[in-house]
Amino acid sequence: MDTAIFFIQVLNSVQYGLLLFLVASGLTLIFGIMGIINLAHGSFYMIGAYLAFSLTGLIGDFWLALAAGVVVAVLIGLALEWLVIRFLYDRDHLYQVLLTYGLILIFEECRSLLWGDDVHGVPVPPALDFSIPLTENLSYQVFRVAMSAICLAIAAGMYWLIQKTRLGMMIRAGSVNREMVQSLGINIGLLYRVVFALGVALAAFAGMLGSPVSSVFPGMGNQVLIVSFVVVVIGGIGSVKGALVAALAIGFADTFGKVLLPQIAGMVVYLLMAAILLWRPQGIFGKA
Amino acid sequence: MERQPRALQVLLAIGLVALAAFPLVGEKFYLQFITKLMIMGIFAMSLDLLVGHTGLVSLGHALFFGVAAYALMLLTPEYQAAGFWTSLGVSLGVAALAALIVGFFVLRTTGIYFIMVTLAFGQMTYFYVHDSSHLGGSDGKYIYVRPVLEIAGWSPFDLERPAHFYYVALAMMVFVYLMLRVLLASPFGRVISGIKENEHRMRMLGFATFRYKLVCFVLAGTLAGLAGWLAAAHDGLVNPEMLSWHQSGQLLMMVILGGMGTPSGPILGAAALKVLELVFQGWTKHWQLLLGGFIVLSVLLLPRGLAQLFESKRRD
Repeated sequence: MDTAIFFIQVLNSVQYGLLLFLVASGLTLIFGIMGIINLAHGSFYMIGAYLAFSLTGLIGDFWLALAAGVVVAVLIGLALEWLVIRFLYDRDHLYQVLLTYGLILIFEECRSLLWGDDVHGVPVPPALDFSIPLTENLSYQVFRVAMSAICLAIAAGMYWLIQKTRLGMMIRAGSVNREMVQSLGINIGLLYRVVFALGVALAAFAGMLGSPVSSVFPGMGNQVLIVSFVVVVIGGIGSVKGALVAALAIGFADTFGKVLLPQIAGMVVYLLMAAILLWRPQGIFGKA
Repeated sequence: MERQPRALQVLLAIGLVALAAFPLVGEKFYLQFITKLMIMGIFAMSLDLLVGHTGLVSLGHALFFGVAAYALMLLTPEYQAAGFWTSLGVSLGVAALAALIVGFFVLRTTGIYFIMVTLAFGQMTYFYVHDSSHLGGSDGKYIYVRPVLEIAGWSPFDLERPAHFYYVALAMMVFVYLMLRVLLASPFGRVISGIKENEHRMRMLGFATFRYKLVCFVLAGTLAGLAGWLAAAHDGLVNPEMLSWHQSGQLLMMVILGGMGTPSGPILGAAALKVLELVFQGWTKHWQLLLGGFIVLSVLLLPRGLAQLFESKRRD
C-alpha cells in the first residue's frame, strides 16, 4: 500500500469512526444515565438522514436544513420520552428491549408511508464540493474533512457540557445516585427528558451530517445501531470517552479490514469485539 | 415440578387432541400454517429456557435457528433428498457447536452487555451469510426436495405430504415440551432457576454457574436448531432473514406475550403473535405499524404478558 492510499484510508477511518461516535455517544449516555437500552436509537439516525433529504430540498441550504433538523429531532426526543420511555425506568431490560423494538417497526413503517421505499441522495453542499489533490490521480473530498472537523467540535462540546457546566454536573450525579439527586431538589424526570432528547439529537445529527456521503435508504438505521452497540460494548457502558476510543478503533478496523482482509470484511468488527471481551468483559473504560 | 392449575391441564389436553385431529378436517393452507406455528412454538420454548428459566435475555437466538437451516441446505444435494436422521443429526450438531462457541464468549457478560453481545454475534453471522455467494447471498437458496426417512426400504411417513409433516412437527413439539418439563423439574432445573434468582448466592453455594449457564445455552441453541431444521425442510428455502435480529426480536415478543417461564406460555405466545400477524397482513400493507403498536401497548399495559389477563380474572 503506498503512502497516498494509506493516508486516504486513515482519513476514511477517522471520518467513519467520528460519525459512529456521535451515534454511540447518545446510546451510551442513555444507557449510563437513564439505565435504558434503546434499540430505536438507529431509527433516529435514519430519521435524521431523511430529514436532511426533505429539509434540504425544502430550504435549499444544507446547513440551514441541518439546524432545522436538530430542532425537529429534539422535539421528537422530548415527545417520545414523555409518551413512552418514561414508563420504562423501573422496568426490566427485557421490556425496554421489546418496547424499543416495537418503536423500530413503527418508525420504519412511518418512514415507508412518508417517504416511500426508494433510495434517495442528498447533494454535497456546493461550498465544500471540491477535492484536494494528493497525488497526480488521487484526491480527497473537502466535505469529508469538514465532517470530521464538525464531529470533533461536537465531541469537544460534549466534554465541556458534561465536565464543566451545571447541567453536566447534574447529569453525572444522576448517573451515580438517582434518589440522592432527587432529594437535593433536582427534577430528575426533567433531567432524563433532556438527556434522552440530547441522545436523539446526536443520532439524528449524525444521520444528517452523513447523508451527503452515504445515501438515504430504508433500514439504514439498523446497520448503524448494531455497530454502535459494538462500540458501546468495547468502550464500556456509560463512558463517553470509551465511546470515542472504541468508535475510532472500529473505524480503523472496518476500513482497513475491507482493504486487507476483503474475504471476512463484514466480520472484522465483531472479531475485534470478541477479542476485547476475552480481555475485559466490561469494556475498555467500563467499571467492573 | 410446578403444578399447573387443573383448568389449564384440561385445556392443554383438549388443545392437543384438537391439534391431533385437525388434519382430518383442515384445509392445506391452515395445515401448513399450523405446522409453522408449531415450529415457532419449539423455537420459542428454546428461547424461554434462556430468558424465562435462566434469566439470560438473548437477542441473537435466530443465529442457531439459521445455522441449522443452512446446514440442511448444504446437506441436500440438488434435486435429491437428504437423509432424515443424518441431516437432522448434523444440523443439530452444527447448532450445538455454534452455541458452545458463542456461549463461551457471551456468558462472560451479564445484563445489558449480554443483550448487546448476543445481538452482535447474531448480526455477525447474518452479515457473513448475507455476503457469501456460495450460501446464496441475500436471496438465499431453495431446498427442492424434503428429507426422506427410510428404515431398510420402509418409510413410515412422507414429508412431502402436508399432513405427514404436520404430525412430525407435532410429535417434535410434544417431545421438546415434555423434555423441558422433565429437565426443569430435575436438580439441574433447580440450579438454573437458582441462577435466575441470584447467581452470586448460587456461586457461594458451590455451583459452577458458568458451566450450568453454558449447558443451558448449548441446549437452547440445539433446540433452536431443531426448529430451524424443521422450518427449512418445511418452507423449502433458506435465506439470511432466518438469522436476522428481527427474527430474534419477534421470538422474544412471543415468549413474553405468552408469559415467560411458564411451561406452555411460549407455544401460546408464538401462536398468538403469528395469528395476529396473519390478521394484520390481511388488513394493510403496512401491517408492521400495527404490530409495533401492539408490542408497545402490550409492554405498557400488560407488564407480565397475556398470562396476566388470566391472573386478574382468577382473583375476581
